[in-house]
Amino acid sequence: MHYPLNPDVYNDDVALEPIRAGFGRGLKAAGEANEEIVALCADLTESTQMHLFKEAFPNRFVEIGVAEQNLVTVASGMARAGKIPFTSSYAAFSPGRNWEQIRTTITLNDMPVKVIGSHAGISVGPDGATHQMLEDIALMRVLPNMVVLAPGDSIEAEKATRAIAENGKPSYMRLARDKTAIFSTEESPFEIGKAYVLREGHDVTLAGTGAMTYQLLVAAKLLEKHHINAEVVHVPTIKPLDDETILASVRKTGRVVTAEEAQIIGGFGGAVAELLGDQLPTPLLRLGMQDRFGESGAPAELIAHFKLDGKSIAERVKQFIDDVPRYHQGF
Amino acid sequence: MSGQLTITQLEKKANDVRQDIIRMLEAAGSGHSAGPLGLADIITALYFNIMNIDPANPEWADRDVFFLSNGHTVPVQYAVMAERGYFDVDELKTLRKLGSRLQGHPERTKLPGLENTSGPLGSGLSQAAGYAYSLQYIDDSKHRWVYVVTGDGELDEGNIWEAAMFAGKYKLSQLIVFIDRNNIQIDGSTDDVMPLENLRGKWESFGWHVQEIDGHNIESVIDAASMARAISNKPSVIISHTIPGKGVDFMEYDYKWHGVPPNKEQAKEALHKLRTLNGKITGEHQ
Repeated sequence: MHYPLNPDVYNDDVALEPIRAGFGRGLKAAGEANEEIVALCADLTESTQMHLFKEAFPNRFVEIGVAEQNLVTVASGMARAGKIPFTSSYAAFSPGRNWEQIRTTITLNDMPVKVIGSHAGISVGPDGATHQMLEDIALMRVLPNMVVLAPGDSIEAEKATRAIAENGKPSYMRLARDKTAIFSTEESPFEIGKAYVLREGHDVTLAGTGAMTYQLLVAAKLLEKHHINAEVVHVPTIKPLDDETILASVRKTGRVVTAEEAQIIGGFGGAVAELLGDQLPTPLLRLGMQDRFGESGAPAELIAHFKLDGKSIAERVKQFIDDVPRYHQGF
Repeated sequence: MSGQLTITQLEKKANDVRQDIIRMLEAAGSGHSAGPLGLADIITALYFNIMNIDPANPEWADRDVFFLSNGHTVPVQYAVMAERGYFDVDELKTLRKLGSRLQGHPERTKLPGLENTSGPLGSGLSQAAGYAYSLQYIDDSKHRWVYVVTGDGELDEGNIWEAAMFAGKYKLSQLIVFIDRNNIQIDGSTDDVMPLENLRGKWESFGWHVQEIDGHNIESVIDAASMARAISNKPSVIISHTIPGKGVDFMEYDYKWHGVPPNKEQAKEALHKLRTLNGKITGEHQ
């Protein structure tokens, strides 16, 4: 199926908006649709964009204070009382600080609590490594019973928020602080567990999650000049992974590059490596944070420094294609 | 309501529960002895007198709810639930066995009637507070009560004090907590491992109504719960002084019985002692 991309996606003046803004709108809309939805925040209400919900439904908003362990466990208890709780903080603190509480009282306990980790990735910027959460995907992905999402832009974040509000499952959604390009449209599809081919190609599969998908689109455009025809697959659901869509693309291209603003160990790249290792061993290049922490800097500076911008990615993909053979041709 | 049993009958029931616990732990070959025995009177009072529940309909929408925060003491909860009719007493011997609904630490999804999953300490109080918050502020459901049991060693956990601050701020008056103040934890006495006193002062300073009782006096347990329900502007904590291993003299007060079960000989002796005690209960109250 054809995925409707923002027509301006390859222009320099493509519209920008923080992914978290979409969450804020989605939560308010979800709250209008379902009165069981409640929101809990650990002293970061505006920053995580929960203020829209709080203003609309003051009686269903709970201020927890700087207490992330309490944030998710109070939410677990509210879920037992029939509510659908959304919890928010910075990803470094939730799920960074409170992993065991999420494990025991939400996933093992099977409570439909939504853990929203804002300010994930190195694009947090000047706050530095302590606040640049890079391990959240690994931490959440390993938990049985947990859905893990990293929407690619603010429009998709709004849809993803509406979707987890009604999925009846423990769910983690990662958001980012900085403004990022809007590559999807209101008409673009979103379903939990689905990956989407944004751009068809046959030389290499570029699979991205979160805002990195935009950088892959930019890279794919640049690779045209080198006569490399890249397929771009957007994977907003890291768990459950859309094996079918990813494998179908890989069978066609025989090479895979993943990109994420997170540790490749255990992260999205790790998930794809597991899938390919199990079902279709294929040369794989994982772009992301290579077993190291971030540091302070401007968001765009950091993305470029760690070679996660479209231009750097195009160079790395070209090198990868030059270096490794293509597998599965004709599968 | 199920307040038909007299105090004497409740005491006898708690003794039956203690015998169940000994048999369960011996059959399981692992588990905690001291805590469950020490809590038998409080949990019996909750399920047989204090709480408004229906064992035939564990998800009854008007029920009172019970959150066990120190999940390692769950054998006492299982035993009381079985005695109360949630499931057959025979099932108790499956404790900790493969395929059992009676997991070593309680899992809500396995056994109807459990309100939470716990074991890692410090989280049950927050879950209960979340439930109480929903009743008080969202559902306006004033006739339901949320009961919690926590350990005292468990109070070392930071999560507990986050919950204490939260419940105090929101004046969660439908939240009633029993602290099993038995003075032991795995590494020794609570005083040696991490002193908790001034415990009353700590809770008062967090905005809680505090009572202290003898946790083996069932009448006191029932009265304290009643007083707690009458306090309309604060959460309530009932510091319940208990004897770890209560009812089995060679286990009483000894922290070494915190995390081990009785062997066959010890179980036989423990059951003998409990049966002897049972005779005394009948005698005293006639």
